[in-house]
Amino acid sequence: MAKRPFLIPGVDKRLLIKDSIKTMPDVTRRRFIAGGASLGALTLLTGCDVIDSSSAETMLAKVSKFNDAVQAFIFNPDALAATFPESAITKPFPFNAYYDLDDAPDISAADWKLEVRGLVDNKKSWTLEELHKLPQVTQVTRHICVEGWSAIGSWTGTPLRDFLKLIGADTRAKYVWFQCADKDGYNSPLDMRSALHPQTQMTFKYAGEILPRAYGFPMKIRVPTKLGFKNPKYVVSMEVTNDYKGGYWEDQGYNSFSGS
Amino acid sequence: MASLTVTDEQVTATKSKVIQPAWVRVMHWINALAMILMILSGWQIYNASPLFDFRFPREYTLGGWLGGGLLWHFAAMWLLMINGLAYLVTGIATGRFRKKLLPITASGVLHDVRAALTFKLGHDDLTVYNYVQRLLYAGIIVVGVLIVLSGLAMWKPVQLYYLVMLFGDYPAARYVHFFCMAAICAFLVVHVLLALLVPKSLRAMIIGR
Repeated sequence: MAKRPFLIPGVDKRLLIKDSIKTMPDVTRRRFIAGGASLGALTLLTGCDVIDSSSAETMLAKVSKFNDAVQAFIFNPDALAATFPESAITKPFPFNAYYDLDDAPDISAADWKLEVRGLVDNKKSWTLEELHKLPQVTQVTRHICVEGWSAIGSWTGTPLRDFLKLIGADTRAKYVWFQCADKDGYNSPLDMRSALHPQTQMTFKYAGEILPRAYGFPMKIRVPTKLGFKNPKYVVSMEVTNDYKGGYWEDQGYNSFSGS
Repeated sequence: MASLTVTDEQVTATKSKVIQPAWVRVMHWINALAMILMILSGWQIYNASPLFDFRFPREYTLGGWLGGGLLWHFAAMWLLMINGLAYLVTGIATGRFRKKLLPITASGVLHDVRAALTFKLGHDDLTVYNYVQRLLYAGIIVVGVLIVLSGLAMWKPVQLYYLVMLFGDYPAARYVHFFCMAAICAFLVVHVLLALLVPKSLRAMIIGR
């Protein structure tokens, strides 16, 4: 990636835009999906107001649900994301969030515990020390952001499916739902088949080093078959559930499956 | 009896005057709508992480923000893909592509480009495409196929990995997608301009003759 131009020295435009969108009241933001000056152009072209914002919104939401179903249908649980040699790793790997690095959760390993909830046999919480003892694998894959950019990184951790087996999770359940420590309470649902994908990982290390704060210390869920926003960082709990509980970005309109 | 003969002749004459059959017209305008939706929402998505040192003006983007743009893009893609596929199948099955777009020869193209630049290129018979038209219409079909394939590669880089391989890698597919969009926009400018310069061609695309 080429270096991004800066609007104000030290301020990333993308983050600025994200922040300003976030400050919009919910209704305004949703109106924006269907609204905007561009629709004026469409009205001019067609000569009639074909898209009134609420019906467009309903239609788009329906198509997005349909797209979830299509993606689940074509999802092949055995299809692996491409892996790369270490030489292909993007340096530096970008920090990306809807907030500044200074606002990233600063978690103390000693206080942190991974809570396990929902349809599992063993609901005990896990300390970082306990989790670090589980067998780990390393994979070098491409992280693809919903924005379009991508970067190759090296992630090390325990396959999520091994952990789900270990805690006696009901793998017939529909979702594993992750809750994170980010401000505003980031969360994201992961469909069970993607959770059981061989490359889906509870990640503890980046590039062979303990996961730095920027990349989600103490634990990130790395899902190479999903867009970046479905790879939650700073995870504090996972819940095995049949209920669709929504997610931080999913609730704002990003497609929920968002699989690769 | 005489009037009957005349009627028969009229029928034959009318039939031969149909320039754009109904299926071409319907698919053309569906495609036009789908293309506009895809381009405007695509610009919104581009703006989230520009490939080059510019962004598209907000007024010409659809969706209000990245999430909205994506919703539009992944809804309109069905319109574009289903209509495009139907167009390709019908175009090949009816022999229209072969009859209208082939052959394309270098000398023919050169001759017609020269004629066009000196304003000597006639449009008397709209049922026959000149070589510049053939090249552009055949070319834009190829670009249309490429933009859909590169789009699919980006949408499903794991499930459709062979498509990513076709373009090299994921970032390469993004550039292909962008340049195909640019080619379509350039085509659109010329296409619309010429349709306005030769209004009977626009009429043919609306009422068929």
